[in-house]
Amino acid sequence: MTSEEIYAKILPIVKAYLPEDVSEDAINPDSDLTRELNINSAHLVDVVLDVEDAFDVEFANEDMESLRTLNDAIGIIQKKL
Amino acid sequence: MKKRVVITGLGVVAPNGVGVTAFSEAIKNGVSGIAHYPNLEALNFSCQLGGIPPISEEKKREYFTELQLRNFNSSGILYGVMAGMDALKDAGIETQGDEPNWNLGIVFGTGTSGVEKFREAIYKLDEGNVRRLGSTTVIQTMASGISAYLGGMSGAANMVTTNSSACATGTEAIIMCYERIAAGKATQMLCGSTSDDGPYVWGGFDAMKVTTYKHNHNPTQASRPMSETASGFVPGSGAGALLLESLESAEKRGAKIYAEVLGGALNSGGQRGGGSMTAPNSEAVQRCITEALLDAKVKASEIDYINGHLTATVKDPDEIANWCTALGRSGADFPYINSLKSMVGHCLAASGSIEAVSAVLQLYEGFVFPNVNCDDLHPEIAQQIDDKSLPKEYIQAPLKTVAKASFGFGDVNACVIFRKK
Repeated sequence: MTSEEIYAKILPIVKAYLPEDVSEDAINPDSDLTRELNINSAHLVDVVLDVEDAFDVEFANEDMESLRTLNDAIGIIQKKL
Repeated sequence: MKKRVVITGLGVVAPNGVGVTAFSEAIKNGVSGIAHYPNLEALNFSCQLGGIPPISEEKKREYFTELQLRNFNSSGILYGVMAGMDALKDAGIETQGDEPNWNLGIVFGTGTSGVEKFREAIYKLDEGNVRRLGSTTVIQTMASGISAYLGGMSGAANMVTTNSSACATGTEAIIMCYERIAAGKATQMLCGSTSDDGPYVWGGFDAMKVTTYKHNHNPTQASRPMSETASGFVPGSGAGALLLESLESAEKRGAKIYAEVLGGALNSGGQRGGGSMTAPNSEAVQRCITEALLDAKVKASEIDYINGHLTATVKDPDEIANWCTALGRSGADFPYINSLKSMVGHCLAASGSIEAVSAVLQLYEGFVFPNVNCDDLHPEIAQQIDDKSLPKEYIQAPLKTVAKASFGFGDVNACVIFRKK
């Protein structure tokens, strides 16, 4: 699966967790999920669970620690597929 | 000098009416919210009946965002949020501001929170999948989930907490909020209580044989407070909410005033003198009523109407005897009395607040709702009070002062006095 394909599949998952005052247009592969997109840090674990379901992979605690942006997520997923 | 406290907002999510207008119509007409639930039958419940407020998916979205509804599985929080936000809206309180509202507090009780969510979590956890609980388990299963949800939705920044005293929870919440405003520690307090529906809340009561097994095929006649054929309660669910406010603040805002909270009392029988985990000490019940009158500076002769606890168990005649003793009134001198449980069942932790909303509506609009399923009055009750105290049909009545009491497991009691403004 290419990075673009993975990104396209993650995008709707992330959109669901955006706070009301953050536009969907603000999402890009390098935006910081909690600092820039203002996704509640508690919700980040729910984003990861949804991503795991979508790609049938499992994130380790270390993966969670290194996860800041969508690009990070794409890298983690590619290693596991 | 104690501040005077009034009620300026109401909200209710009851098995026989969702929203104050629908609920008011339902109680005037004696509409039952009790139904047969096949899932209870499939699970071998003795009582296969329950009271569950009907809420559409569309209605949920008037109160919650899509994100908040993701992995949401707590009916008690759903009902409590709806009733609580309705009460704030009814009182005209701004909830959308960016600043914390330091003068608004919350005491919103529950018996247990999010049991369905907890069940989901336990299954995942036992399979070794603790990480799959996500971020939504704690906030829905912590007892204070309901006050935390309401706090975030309203911006309340005074005391925000959840109380719990079994079936006295809702009435206790009102008294706690009354006392906080009377003491000058808050201007407005949202009080109320909520209870989950379903087998995982109701099962323990079914096992204790305190629910009725005799009416599974005639649900609307099953809950029979004060009746000779009362055979146990029907479990219910839902939420009630009242916005309490200092009289000063309400008048300054020009808010609609439903009633004044004159005072109240909370106590326990200490599980002594006939009291136990499950039975009330009658002396404590009487003292609670007497102390509520004292606190409210009201004479027993001034009480026009009683909103009873009256669950439709063998204890109903004892409750009537306690009211007679505490008020020193019986026979034709006894006030009007009724029990909302005849229509909605016993809404457990939510009962006190839903019933308090019904009491305030009767006071404000001047009526007494019908005692349904009470045509065969219990002879021990008939010996104590006149039949006229128990209207079987809706009647108009210019009520001025009313008492609401709730009694709970653990031998705990709560009694509050309202007066028409």
